[in-house]
Amino acid sequence: MNLRRDAFQAIADPTRRAILLLVAAQAMTAGAIAASFDTARPTVSKHLQILTECELLKQQQSGREIYYHLNPARMKEIADFIEPFRQMWDDRFNKLESILQARQAKSTD
Amino acid sequence: MERKTNISAEDGRQDLVITRLFDLPRPLLFTAYTDPEIIAQWMGTNVLKLDNRKHGSWQFETTDAQGNVVFRAGGVIHEFIPNQMITRTFEMENAPFGPQLEFLEFESLPDGRSQLRMHIIYRSVAQRNQQLRLPFAQGLNMAHNRLQEIVGNLK
Repeated sequence: MNLRRDAFQAIADPTRRAILLLVAAQAMTAGAIAASFDTARPTVSKHLQILTECELLKQQQSGREIYYHLNPARMKEIADFIEPFRQMWDDRFNKLESILQARQAKSTD
Repeated sequence: MERKTNISAEDGRQDLVITRLFDLPRPLLFTAYTDPEIIAQWMGTNVLKLDNRKHGSWQFETTDAQGNVVFRAGGVIHEFIPNQMITRTFEMENAPFGPQLEFLEFESLPDGRSQLRMHIIYRSVAQRNQQLRLPFAQGLNMAHNRLQEIVGNLK
């Protein structure tokens, strides 16, 4: 369950989602991935580390280079899961609650 | 940490249940479904029609800055018990999802709190699962747009 939650935190970040999309097209080295972003290379390395820990990316050694692959099984597991749907409703209802609380405060003034 | 919003969606079923606890008294919560101004604020859509009674109907619409309709949804009201229950259908226009049946129940809790329970029934298991996955797909879409931005900046 913890691992699952971590994976959702992983995909909540727009840069990490962009990395997943890049790697979905073809396996890439850390250097090639970093070259696609304005972000500093250590920042991209950190993102790659998180995505690898959550098993969204897999590393494969090829000669002297390490290539990052997408882990499609893990991606599917997340796509089938309902957490983003719950978060969408939670955000909606949080907004509703604050709107109505503001109205309640106004009426009791 | 207590979760205020919970989703129950069992495998192989064509329905789901959304429950939400509110720090609001029930009559105030109920206005989220009856007051067009409140609906516009929290749903971000304009109320074209809202006839909250048995055999009544509703229609909401969202337009962009140029006046183009970007979202329109509507349905009919099957049951309307003030502060307690609304049974209605919901269908998004120009979308491949089909209509869904919604049972909205409002429960009063101690200390000025209340709970909303939404039981939503879809035409098929596949349609329900498609709805569940939609926010994830949109998230990836946003990532894709961001990617295009990044690539655009490189040119």
